[in-house]
Amino acid sequence: MDSPGDKWVGQSLPRFEDAALLTGRGRYFDDCGTPPGTLHAAILRSPHGHARIESIETSAARALPGVAAILTGEDIRATTTSLVVGVKAPMECWPIAVERVRYVGEPVVVVVATDRYVAEDALDLIEVRYTPLPAVTDPVTALAPDAPVLHEGLGGNLASERRFRYGDPEAAFATAAHRIAIDVAYPRSACTPIECYGVLAEYDPGEDSYDVFANFQGPFSIHAVIARALRVPGNRLRLRTPPDSGGSFGVKQGVFPYIVLMAAAARACGRPVKWVEDRLEHLAASSVATNRVTRLEAAVTAEGLITALDWDQLEDCGAQLRAPEPATLYRMHGNMTGAYAIRNVAIRNRVVLTNKAPTGLNRGFGGPQVYFALERLVQRIAITLGLNPLDVIRRNLVPTSAMPYRTASGALLDSGDYATAMETALRDGNHAALLAKRDAARAEGRHYGIGYTAVVEPSVSNMGYITAVLTPAERKRAGPKNGAQATATIQCDAVGSVSVHVASVPQGQGHRTVLAQVVADELGLRPQDIRVVTEIDTAKDAWSIASGNYASRFAPAVAGVARIAAQQLRARLARLAAPLLNVPPEDVVLANGKLHAQGNADNALPFARVASSPHWAPGTLPPEDSAPLRETAWWTPPELTAPTEADEVNSSLCHGFIFDFCGVEVDRITGETRIDHYVTMHDCGTVLHPGMVAGQVTGGFAHALGAALYEAHSYAPDGSFETGTFADYLVPTSMEVPAPIILHHESPSPFTPLGAKGVGEGNCMSTPVCIANAVADALGLHDVTLPLLPATLAAHLHGAKPNAPAATPKGERLLRGEGQARVNAPREELWALLLDPDALMAIVPGAHGIQRTSPTDYTAEVTLGIGPVKGRYRVALALSNLDEPHALTLAGSAQGALGFGQGRGHVTLTEADGATIIAYRYEAAVGGKVASIAGRLLDGATRVVISQFFAALARQAAPQAPWWQRLLHRLGFGA
Amino acid sequence: MPRLSATQRHSIRFTLNGAPVQGEAEPRMLLSDFLRHVLGATGTHVGCEHGVCGACTVQIDVSPARACLTLAVQVQGCDIRTVEGLAPAPGRLSILQEAFRRHHALQCGFCTAGILMSLDAFLRAQPNADEAALRDLLSGHLCRCTGYTPIIAAALDAAVRLRDTAHA
Repeated sequence: MDSPGDKWVGQSLPRFEDAALLTGRGRYFDDCGTPPGTLHAAILRSPHGHARIESIETSAARALPGVAAILTGEDIRATTTSLVVGVKAPMECWPIAVERVRYVGEPVVVVVATDRYVAEDALDLIEVRYTPLPAVTDPVTALAPDAPVLHEGLGGNLASERRFRYGDPEAAFATAAHRIAIDVAYPRSACTPIECYGVLAEYDPGEDSYDVFANFQGPFSIHAVIARALRVPGNRLRLRTPPDSGGSFGVKQGVFPYIVLMAAAARACGRPVKWVEDRLEHLAASSVATNRVTRLEAAVTAEGLITALDWDQLEDCGAQLRAPEPATLYRMHGNMTGAYAIRNVAIRNRVVLTNKAPTGLNRGFGGPQVYFALERLVQRIAITLGLNPLDVIRRNLVPTSAMPYRTASGALLDSGDYATAMETALRDGNHAALLAKRDAARAEGRHYGIGYTAVVEPSVSNMGYITAVLTPAERKRAGPKNGAQATATIQCDAVGSVSVHVASVPQGQGHRTVLAQVVADELGLRPQDIRVVTEIDTAKDAWSIASGNYASRFAPAVAGVARIAAQQLRARLARLAAPLLNVPPEDVVLANGKLHAQGNADNALPFARVASSPHWAPGTLPPEDSAPLRETAWWTPPELTAPTEADEVNSSLCHGFIFDFCGVEVDRITGETRIDHYVTMHDCGTVLHPGMVAGQVTGGFAHALGAALYEAHSYAPDGSFETGTFADYLVPTSMEVPAPIILHHESPSPFTPLGAKGVGEGNCMSTPVCIANAVADALGLHDVTLPLLPATLAAHLHGAKPNAPAATPKGERLLRGEGQARVNAPREELWALLLDPDALMAIVPGAHGIQRTSPTDYTAEVTLGIGPVKGRYRVALALSNLDEPHALTLAGSAQGALGFGQGRGHVTLTEADGATIIAYRYEAAVGGKVASIAGRLLDGATRVVISQFFAALARQAAPQAPWWQRLLHRLGFGA
Repeated sequence: MPRLSATQRHSIRFTLNGAPVQGEAEPRMLLSDFLRHVLGATGTHVGCEHGVCGACTVQIDVSPARACLTLAVQVQGCDIRTVEGLAPAPGRLSILQEAFRRHHALQCGFCTAGILMSLDAFLRAQPNADEAALRDLLSGHLCRCTGYTPIIAAALDAAVRLRDTAHA
């Protein structure tokens, strides 16, 4: 491209980021080195979902050479303040457990040592004694009056409840031809960036200031939360980010409690402290999307027109309300009617706390939960009324003529032609052929289904939307909050070359390339002439609370404000060049690296000469233009107003439109869902870089496919976390993710400088429910719960298996078994063995030292390996129901760094032909790290350990003869 | 193999991207940590430390291997190749790397090093690999940004160009 009329924006340029990333020269957090003397932290975490901390014994760990400090909750609390909570509720939110643990993975002790290996060695030497408390993991159960309470100050587990009413929903329901409802429970999933969290913190006692380097992603409103927790003003918390970040998808917002933790550790040690999260820590305790229980009811006419919606949402934020939660519940507040023109809406929003990891930002943020209910309901309306689902969508879409359209709950839909986009998708996505394919497949008895979804994708969050969790009166007291400040700085150096800085903190979205394109267009330069810096240093850079990379704000807000800054710079350049070119400033054209007079390209000056002139010869310039060229632009859209007295909330600035449809086939035998055909139509306004937009769509699609089919953060009822590895938390691979067909219909946003809207999250909102609708269509399912695991669908296809073992509640880690062994010894002898500690020591697998603490109680140290996890456990055994020599009950518990368990076994001894039949039945529950990372192996391992025990018992009771005696015996010699 | 003391550091020597390197490590140190923190070769990334995500994949004597499941002492005397060794010269990219750039087959780039090392070895062994074979191979790598589609496209494109180069 050389002709001045062409634009760089809109072209799929190769990314400037890629050369470094492809050659191993990226600079991610852990590539950036550390100051001399840096210490390394490791974190001991709770193995319990809910427990009281009775004692923490650290002397052995302190004695380990290389250990510099060991910090418990009490130590951290001494220098910090609880993280601020976003609702008016009496509860504290510490980054480390204080007195109680409330979820598996909650930090309990921080060890700081000379290197990470030593720090982890020290973790094994710390002994924490817990008293387990009843846990609650289900949001509905957590509201029951007898449910265990997580935060006593709340009196229960309900952290917030608000009701909203827009239009006249009662009248609409009273006069509706049909009332159609749906109940859904949306599970937890997380986008799991491949790079985990990293924090490097330093403290300067002389200035009482912190310097933190972390792969945080924003929003930088959190800077205020961190500074407050560290008890310093904002100017004494310098927060910097590395140039590259290994993915985030919202999740790296959740590094902030660890920033507080490591900053406090650095202060305690007087040295820089570095911590890099490992994958188990990440899966168990970083940040995860909320699970939500929703009942949604619609008032519907006979023709399928929806006249009212009644939402009842129960949001599960886990064990703490961490900033900015409960934002997941309110991010969509203006969009609760989706892509539809529905004027009457009632909403009840409740937030509940459970013994699971705290929730936070995750791609799609609140969208998947809302659209799963709304779009499942639209399909149900079609089925109930015998209508084509496409007709139900068509009848309810916001009409093009109504744009910009104010929704009932306050969002201002900026632009779009939903109907045209939808019809274009059906045509260009070969919908007719898909219908024929479904017919053909069904004629062969195959399970083929088609799903549809229409959604609006919000982007550029209003920083005030979360205040909708407060009542209007509470908001009035707190003062209005609104807007979404974006900023960009462009400067020309002494040789006139151009640098751009934005506070956008990308995690792989190619911001540097797109910004170079935007600025090159305004300044008449080539993108490769422009250098862009996107990392942030809060001590030196322009930033505000909305800075960062979230809410799909880059293209609409950050790229937009970069254009404004470039226009400001261009105006100054034109003023500098005008007298030299003898034309008025408005007649100065910037093109091809020059400034020239309009209509006379020969009357020109090199860009670099004009751009550098204030550095070299300010005295020759008018005083108002003599400063070097450095323009910082700020932009906040006026449309993002504060929530109104009537609770109307314009929660986001832009609203893209997505219409998806897909064909899926469910395997008749295995229940596996295969995506056969997926079409996704996007209207994200002006497309700035087609290649990157395609990347956002395919990436979001893959995340959504994982959420729909495979991924779920799984907890046992006792709070044990069960998906602590990538072998348990199943992320889709290249084998599972097909290429979606991507279509576009561009309706530029009238509210953004470049007409662009966000596009990063839409498929995470539309795709899970589109796939669910297709599977429901394939199998005739009434209710669909994600993820659509083959085992679940196979059960639907084949019915419950006959002779299946007694069903344990889903996800429960309860191990049951029974067996028997024949021992060639009289049962009195066996009885005596079972009550003899020395004999037991010899037969309990891996036992080190059994002590008898009472005639029926024993303690022991046991080393056990389960799968990859070998650990030492403290075991307590108690014998009861002694019925000498017939039967006894053995109850035991084990606790160790890798987990805990408790079980009960009933043993009977029966005489048979001079030998004894020893029969056993046991039930055991296992939790902690071993349940998180070796859950798949537990049943087998338990069986092996228990059978080893009885085999050893049999050997002890009737020692086997030497091999030559056995051989002779077999050959018929001897007795 | 010599018996190593668990509590002592041992001298480890091998060839990294064609040049001899040497460092000291306890026997328990992972190859991934040794490359990154002892030798400063930070192009190899660590994503899960249990062998599933594939980000840390390097080539040990030509074969791809997880550096997070390999101890540094195990590669004594071996020929190790990492992402830093793929480009033909500073400022230039290999055919495979260039294909990744052309197809936008990376976003954050964190998983990319491991994927490149697997593909580099695979395309040398199986220059005629088709999409099914490439998808199968790539299922040993987790990428959370791209949705895999552009990675498959880049790998197929690179395979064609590598064949053309071989025949030229």
